This record gives sequence, structure tokens and C-alpha cells, in this order.
Amino acid sequence: MDLYLPIAGLSVNILVIIGLGGLVGLLSGMFGVGGGFLTTPLMIFYGIPPAVAVASSAPQITGASVSGVLAHGSRGGVDYHMGAVLVAGGALGSLLGGFLFRVLQNVGQIDTVVNVMYVLMLGGIGLVMAREAIHALVTEWRGERPSMQGKRHNPLIAMLPFRWRFYKSGLYISPLAPFLLGFLTGVMTVLMGVGGGFILVPAMIYILGMSARVVVGTSLFQILFVTATTTLIHALTTQAVDLVLTGLLLVGSVTGAQIGARMAQTIKPEYLRLALAFIVLVVAIRMLLGLTWRPPEIFTVQGL
Amino acid sequence: MRRPLLLLLAPLLVSAESPRLVPDVSQRKIEIIYSFTGAELLLFGAILYPGGRAPSDDAQIAVVVKGPAEPVLIREKRKIAGMWINADSADFRSVPSFYALASSRKIDKIVDNRTAVIYELGIDNLQLSPASGGDPAEDRRFEQGLIDLKRRGGYYSETARGVEISEGVLYRARIAIPARVPVGRYTAETFLIEKGRVIAAATRDIDIDKSGMEAFVARAAVRHSFLYGLFAVLLSLGLGWAASAAFKRLRE
Repeated sequence: MDLYLPIAGLSVNILVIIGLGGLVGLLSGMFGVGGGFLTTPLMIFYGIPPAVAVASSAPQITGASVSGVLAHGSRGGVDYHMGAVLVAGGALGSLLGGFLFRVLQNVGQIDTVVNVMYVLMLGGIGLVMAREAIHALVTEWRGERPSMQGKRHNPLIAMLPFRWRFYKSGLYISPLAPFLLGFLTGVMTVLMGVGGGFILVPAMIYILGMSARVVVGTSLFQILFVTATTTLIHALTTQAVDLVLTGLLLVGSVTGAQIGARMAQTIKPEYLRLALAFIVLVVAIRMLLGLTWRPPEIFTVQGL
Repeated sequence: MRRPLLLLLAPLLVSAESPRLVPDVSQRKIEIIYSFTGAELLLFGAILYPGGRAPSDDAQIAVVVKGPAEPVLIREKRKIAGMWINADSADFRSVPSFYALASSRKIDKIVDNRTAVIYELGIDNLQLSPASGGDPAEDRRFEQGLIDLKRRGGYYSETARGVEISEGVLYRARIAIPARVPVGRYTAETFLIEKGRVIAAATRDIDIDKSGMEAFVARAAVRHSFLYGLFAVLLSLGLGWAASAAFKRLRE
């Protein structure tokens, strides 16, 4: 069944797009990430113009994170105080991201910059996650007790001025640290069409040292607001948000997210993290190869 | 620049006794709706010979459907530090967004080179107006790249023997319009060609436009971008909430 996308200006198969949304939703429900790092490259691969793919995946991530925020919120798993600081940083970051997007688009380097960023971020995080998950599995297999003694306070973070108390996170740190983290993910959300959950979650645990109970909920809270802001910024600047495309993706991803969340409860978390690490690494390697292979098209056309 | 001038002179070049064309198209307006997967245009008509003259065996027909011209920037990737990244670029001022030529015989067999250039018959004879004013060889390279992209994308095509002429007076041709064509005013030009020269020409306009829901969405995105964005956000929040509520009920 074909449907014409009014902004992208082409016809797509409805079932392919809903299926794509469903697959990404499944992953996002299982792993607690938005899944934008998969939707955007897959849509571009399917033939949707990159600008439309990036802009239309932002509202899709909003939709997929709603149910997560609701579920975690009712369990007290969202630190709204911390979330507000992250969102403030994220909103400013997405403004800068919107500006950078324009500049890079004008000099014709947006695709390269986005691809290199993808390779670096996904490659780095995939490796860290894989190492950590394998380590956890090996210690368990040897019958040892997993040692959860991480460093609680990062010296760099402790140096920052104006400390605030974040009760739910169990922290007494400068709000500048989460603000900068939010800012960084905000920039990425606009440039790469990702929610930034796969950066935010590890950073909250390992850099900020937040209590694990509120990490996923707070990260989803920040993603929800930042992707909503990003959607607005894209609607106003690039005008590339395709409502029909977004709607189709949403139908798939909100259902997929629910099923994924259910599945996640029955699988061991270490296996989940290992599987996510594997997917992230495969995407990173594919994109790295894509940069070095001779591209199918040497020339690209841009309307003036 | 050359073209409008020649079109002005055209009536002088075509003598009073030469045949006339009466062309028509199957659709004056193509509406892009939700299920649009492309359209097929039928271009047909008659060649009228003055004074009951017998139809010439030598008469050939070429039809051209052309989309609105647009300025484009074309970039060329080059391998730099192991990565393929955009390096050089060139501007072209008037690139037709769509160009389909169908003729009763291979086009370079029925017109001479000069005529082909004047009437832009054939993809290689399109005047794309490079704006860089640089090295002609470089402009040519970019032009080839652009044409190759357009051709493989289905935007540019040439069909020899795409026009059927019956009894020397009636002709018809089918031209496929792919789903990805941009909207705007298209022209369908018909040329009557004899002994390598164009002896009659006629043009019809075809409007291709988004209609219904599609037109509404596309217009809203540009005219009311803030409300449009707000609606996208509300839609995602609403659908996310609805799915969450539905599955909660399902569990109970």
C-alpha cells in the first residue's frame, strides 16, 4: 500500500514505514533509548531526503518516550528538579544545533559531519557498553559477586561552583554539569535526529553519579521535552517535518515500545545491554564503511 | 538568450503553406493525492495539411514534456583523507525539473544538430545556464553528473519510436510521469519535423499540483509553521499516551 508524503514529495509503502517504527519502538521499549539512531539512518537508506528524515524522527522519539515517562513518573522514578536543569540546557543546545544545521547545510558538509559524529559516538558508546556487559556476564559466570563500587564523585564535577541539592538523585553538585550535558544532547538532537538517550544514560551514571533508580526516567523526561522543542525548531527553520511520515512512524513505534517494555522484563539486563551494544556497533561500522567506500552518487543536487 | 529570439523569428521561418499541428493532452491537470504513484500522459493530435495536400511520408513528430526550471547547486564528492566528502560545486540557473522526449524516430536521425540545440531536443541539448563562469570543461563535467543523476532518477528520459504516426496525419505518444516529480506548471510541446527542420510547433500547459489533504499539509508547513510544529508535538504526545493507556487496559 503506497502513500504520498506531502513534505518529502514521494510515495512510500505504508507497511514498511510502520514496520520500521515498530522495530525502533520495540528497541526503545526494551533498552530505554529513543531509537532515533536507528530510525534516521534507516529512513535515509529507504530514500527519504536526509533533512526530512532527521526532522520527522524527532516527534517520533517524543511519542515513544511518553509512555516511559508516565510509567517511571508514577513509580517516583523521575527527578523533576534534575530534569528541569537538563531540559533548560537541552533547549538552548537545540537552538545552537538549529543554527549549526543551517551553516553546515549551506557549506554542503552536513551529511559528512553527521556521519562522522554518528561513527564516533556510536562506536565509542558501543565499545564501552559491550565491555561493561561482557565483564558483568563473566563475573557472574565465575560465580563472583558483581562489584558495583563505582567512583561516586567525579573530581571535575566537584570543582564546579554553585552547588545545588538534587534530593531524588542523591546529589549535591553544581547545576552547571547537568546543564552542559543537556546542552550537548540538545545540539545532537537537532543535528543527528536522535534523542540522545544512549549518551545521556551512561553520562548520568558514570559522570554525574546519579542514583540508578531515577536515571532512565529522568533521561526519558529530558528526551521528551528536548525532542518536542526540536520538532518546533525544525518546523520553524527547516520546515522539513512531514506529518504523514511522523504519523506512520508513531503508530508503529508507540505500539512497539509497549511490547518492548513487556519483553524487557523477562530478559536479563546484561544480555539486553550486550544486544544493544551489538546493534550500536553494527550501525557504527556500517556508517564508517559508508564514509570510506566510493559512494554510489558522486554528485548531489541541492535546490537553491 | 538564444531561444526566445528564435521563437520570435519562428513565424517568419515557417511559411504560410506549411502544415499545422492540432495537439492535445489527455490531462490538463494532474492532482497529487494520497495514493499518487505516478501518472501516464497521453499526447495526441493531428497534422493538418493545407489545401488537401497529401500527407508527407517524411513527416516526423517529436513531443517534449518539460517541468518548471529551477536553479540548483550541484556538489561533487571527492576522497579526502580516506573519506568521501563534498568538495567542488557548481551553480546552474535553469535546470528543468523534468524532461521527457518521445519521437517517431531516433532524434539525432530526424533533426540536424543546430535545430536540436535551438529547440532543446534531446537531453544533451538542454541549456542549463552554468552560473559559475569558470572553466567550460569543468562545467561540462558537472553538467554530465547532473544529467546522469536526473536520468537515473527517472526525471529525464528520451524515447526513440515513442511516437506513433498513423496514416501520416494522426499521432500519439505516452509519457510516464513518475511519483517523485515536483509540482508546478509543465509544458507539452509538439514539433512537426521534416527534412531535419522543425516546420510546425505547438504547446499545451499541464498543471501538476498537490491536492486535498496533501496540499493542505504542505501549505500549512510553510504558512503556519509554528502551529504545524505544535500539532506534530501534540500528535506524538497524544499517540504515545493513547498507546500507553490502551496497553494498560489490555493488561487488566
